[in-house]
Amino acid sequence: MFIKSWLINSRTRHLLTLVPFLKKYRTQITIGIFMVLATNIAAMVAPWVLKRAVDHLYHEISRELLLYYSALVVCASAVEGFFRFQMRRILIGVSRYLEYDLRNHLFAHLQRLTPRFYQQYSTGDILSRASNDLSAVRMVLGPGIMYSVNTVFTTIFTITLLLSISWKLTFLTLLPLFAVTYCVKYFGRSIHQRFESIQRQLGSITTLTQENVSGIRVVKAYNQENAFIERFKQANQDFMHRSLSLVRIWGLFYPLLTLLLGVSAASLLWYGGRQVVQGSITLGDLVAFMSYLAMLTWPTIALGWVINIFERGSASMGRINELLDHQPEVLEGGSKETLARLKGDINIRNLSFSYNGFPVLRNVDLQARAGETIAIVGSTGSGKTTLVNLLCRLYPVERGTIFIDGIDINDIPLSILRKNIGYVPQDTFLFSETVAENIAFGKPESSRLDVENAAHISNIWPEIQHFPRKFETFVGERGITLSGGQKQRIAISRALLVDSPILILDDALSSVDTYTEEQILRKLSGELKNRTALLISHRVSTVKMADQIIVLQEGRVVERGTHDELLSAGGFYADLYQKQLLREELGVE
Amino acid sequence: MTSFHEEEILGKAYDKRLARRLLGYLYPYRRVVLLSVFFLLVVSALQLAGPYLTKVAIDRYIRTGNIQGLNGIALLFLGVLLAQFCFAFAQTYLMNWTGQKIMYDLRVQIFTHIQKLHVGYFDRNPVGRIITRVTTDVDVLNELFTSGVISIFGDIFTLAGIVLIMLWLNWKLALVSFSVIPVLFVASIIFKVKVRDSYRWVRTCVAKMNAFLQENITGMSVVQIFVQEKRKFQQFDERNREHLDANLQSIFYYAVFYPAVNLIGALAIALILWYGGVQVLAGVLTLGSLVAFIQYSERFYKPISDLSEKFNILQTAMASSERIFRLLDTQPAISPPLHPVRLKSLKGKIEFRNVSFAYKEDTPVLRNISFSVAPGEKVAIVGATGSGKSTLINLLCRFYDVQSGEVRIDDTPVTHLDLDQLRQSISIVLQDVFLFSGTIEENIRLWERPIERKQVEDASRWVHADHFVQRLASGYDERVAERGSSLSVGQRQLLAFARALAHDPKILVLDEATSSVDTETELLIQDALEKLMKGRTAVVIAHRLSTIQNCDRILVLHRGQLIEQGSHQDLLKLRGVYYKLFQLQYRDQLASPRLFAPDLRASVGNPG
Repeated sequence: MFIKSWLINSRTRHLLTLVPFLKKYRTQITIGIFMVLATNIAAMVAPWVLKRAVDHLYHEISRELLLYYSALVVCASAVEGFFRFQMRRILIGVSRYLEYDLRNHLFAHLQRLTPRFYQQYSTGDILSRASNDLSAVRMVLGPGIMYSVNTVFTTIFTITLLLSISWKLTFLTLLPLFAVTYCVKYFGRSIHQRFESIQRQLGSITTLTQENVSGIRVVKAYNQENAFIERFKQANQDFMHRSLSLVRIWGLFYPLLTLLLGVSAASLLWYGGRQVVQGSITLGDLVAFMSYLAMLTWPTIALGWVINIFERGSASMGRINELLDHQPEVLEGGSKETLARLKGDINIRNLSFSYNGFPVLRNVDLQARAGETIAIVGSTGSGKTTLVNLLCRLYPVERGTIFIDGIDINDIPLSILRKNIGYVPQDTFLFSETVAENIAFGKPESSRLDVENAAHISNIWPEIQHFPRKFETFVGERGITLSGGQKQRIAISRALLVDSPILILDDALSSVDTYTEEQILRKLSGELKNRTALLISHRVSTVKMADQIIVLQEGRVVERGTHDELLSAGGFYADLYQKQLLREELGVE
Repeated sequence: MTSFHEEEILGKAYDKRLARRLLGYLYPYRRVVLLSVFFLLVVSALQLAGPYLTKVAIDRYIRTGNIQGLNGIALLFLGVLLAQFCFAFAQTYLMNWTGQKIMYDLRVQIFTHIQKLHVGYFDRNPVGRIITRVTTDVDVLNELFTSGVISIFGDIFTLAGIVLIMLWLNWKLALVSFSVIPVLFVASIIFKVKVRDSYRWVRTCVAKMNAFLQENITGMSVVQIFVQEKRKFQQFDERNREHLDANLQSIFYYAVFYPAVNLIGALAIALILWYGGVQVLAGVLTLGSLVAFIQYSERFYKPISDLSEKFNILQTAMASSERIFRLLDTQPAISPPLHPVRLKSLKGKIEFRNVSFAYKEDTPVLRNISFSVAPGEKVAIVGATGSGKSTLINLLCRFYDVQSGEVRIDDTPVTHLDLDQLRQSISIVLQDVFLFSGTIEENIRLWERPIERKQVEDASRWVHADHFVQRLASGYDERVAERGSSLSVGQRQLLAFARALAHDPKILVLDEATSSVDTETELLIQDALEKLMKGRTAVVIAHRLSTIQNCDRILVLHRGQLIEQGSHQDLLKLRGVYYKLFQLQYRDQLASPRLFAPDLRASVGNPG
């Protein structure tokens, strides 16, 4: 209950997102809270036993009773220990399960967001939210909840018991403890801020070193070594000052806590001693009081700490919520009755598209019958990539603009649409898996034979044979570093392997030399026969065999037709071709 | 998963040789350290006062009803607390101050040393590893100095103090209550070891998960296009699950340990209560001493737990210092000449005399290369990948030293030449333009030589960089994003040209970029390049046909040997390696309309 009211507090309101997640674990949390209660009850026994023993010792006590008291202390501690073990295991455990759920939830959400989102947030930013911020939220769910519940119980119990001994003494000794809570809260926040500032500076030192080392050739070639040493010294001096400013407050923090707790103990000894002398409490009461007071030490510290945990956690939750609040722009959509395999008739009608207010495509029309090859030519920024991205629905597509097999692509389930498209993107991205896994990426169940076939077509097979572990070689840091051309050819194999009726090659041979390009094109032509292919390129030699060539300029189709038609039309394309022809003649001696 | 934690192989917790060397860093601050240790001892002593004062208060004043005495003892208690507060603060500050100073010294020393190492070292060692030396490893040593070495004294002293006082109060009861100390020690050590292992597991999991996440965020559209969300989600779930398991394990250890410590504590109290109680009854022990005993026994835990942690700190610190010292002991393979020759004015003549070179023994990269470049001459180097082109540049800039033969500039061997002068005379533009985080101006000017803003702007204007820089919001003061990712490939190229030009070298070394840029930029680059080379000796690894055309001579490298040289036309006529290279690599550039330039056509057109 009180957690809820705390959550509604404006500073911690972001944490409300967690309520549905918490519901899943309500049984565990309830049991855990009971464990906290049981732990606290058991913990109250020992000081009470001590009090009895001391009072008895003051007068007279049998050895048997003394032994009985001793055994009671151990038993109480064992019982308390059992409950404390369960309390930690359950409550902190739940927080880890919740962290796990939240992280999966976040990842699944990220998987549904479009490229637009990823252009808005840097990878580092998303990563930091998924790790650091999530950890801060986890602190709320684990230690945050556990210690706040514990603090409440301990405080209620001990203060009740303390009051039953002496209210004056209680009041006197608790005063310094309030100061402890305030101290922890105040220092905690300021320590955190200074710590963050140190971390940032350490980040700058790391960046400086990284740049220096990565760019060592430039550094050496331009004699920048001493300049860098100076900059490094500066950065480290700054780091040292920031660290010492933390040390000043940190060095104050613990001694101050010790002082405050000590003052509490000293006033207890002083005033409690007087009360014993005056006979208003017994010596046993005083000893028990000391123990109970000692039990309050940690909860008062924890209280200050917990307040910070909640504030920090809430801020972090806010940052995570910002990601979660991004609604996926492209929805699954579609009716499930669509055939799993499309034929590949593409029909684009009057398609316009703006990106952040900038018109990228204007009234584009395009018809491709199944099996045809369409080439798209145009300079950088003319909208070629956007056009094919829309076909894959990487961005939301307006209804009534793009049809495949006569069906509006918004009516085709997203997964079916994409499974019917093999795509080689302009920027090749491979995963740090084996070469074989990368090729079979879209169809992990493929046989080795299929994988090798795909590798043959893109002409990467012979090179793979030279990799240290052939098809089982890891790509990236853990294995082999591939050249741009090799990456592109693996990406081509990857797209071919899904065996889709539609194939998109977005400038997919730009890093491959002309000789290899020719070989690949020759092998590809067989594959292209029974697929609808969209070919983006700026090399005329690549596109001239297409059934239809489209020239895009500033998002508009300015020319369209076959190679011959465009030649006779005498426009942009013809000009392009003429120049190429001329130079080919010149080149061949 | 060795790749994540290859560096966590730990050895001995104490190594005499390393320890002595580490102490050397402490030496300049020895006075402060001694003061700090002294304060620490005072604090430990003061900490022991509380229970004893309680005993005195109970036995002497409370039981006798002496309120005046009680007031006195309470005041004394307060005084002790205040003193403890002051000394503790002073001690913490001094110790950390020393730690920070040492950390600063060490970092600067490492970084300075790194600057002296030759390029080969950086080719062999991954960036991340070198950064770890400067950051994490030094941090570990700081930990060693601040919470390791010095506080060991404090812990031992505290523990010894408790033991002595208890023995003094009542040696029999003391011995009885000490029986829990070994148990506490064993429990703590087991716990620390378990927690350390499980912490490592957690860290590996976090690293794996973050690596996976990063890759998937970067490649998200590929995952989406190939409809592999479910599979990738499952893979993520596996990693997330392992992370969960690792954490649950560590929760288990913590959940067991704290109750266990409490139980051991309760056992101590029970022993004291039972055995001490009997003694109180027999009149051998005072009630106050009994209470003091209970309070002292509660203080066993902290120093023991701290001490058991020290082993870990020592062990990691030894490993870190070993790695740091190994780096510091790496001798720079390129050392500045003992008696450097400083030429009055460097003309820019280059000569390679019978140069052979191998990065690794048995795999020669250059074999017996000889050629010379006259001042102001422009030479293009062509050859297939792996033919040794970049190595030639490495030797010329003296990033590496030749194994046999000689590289000479103005008839002086580069090994005799003043290294600063050598590098001031050469500007190099690498294929992959490296931009530092800083402003555009800083990236052109760099930090060492005084270059005026005007020179920066002039240079930029000359190589066509000015145009796009002006369009940036803050112009030359615009900060470049991480590695220049906010700039296009072409723009980065132009900036590199501006940088080279601003430093006004006698010799220009250029490794041309292969990546394609748009037509407009391509033309700008070609023009800028031409201007840049004017009036300088230029050695260019050429990828552009136009660049080759602009050079006076072409050197053809093939498998580490210089096999052909001459003009473009001569070499084509030769129908040798160059002819083949031309067919494969350069001819298609003719086909691309954006490279079209009339003069170019003429020169290729009628070779014979």
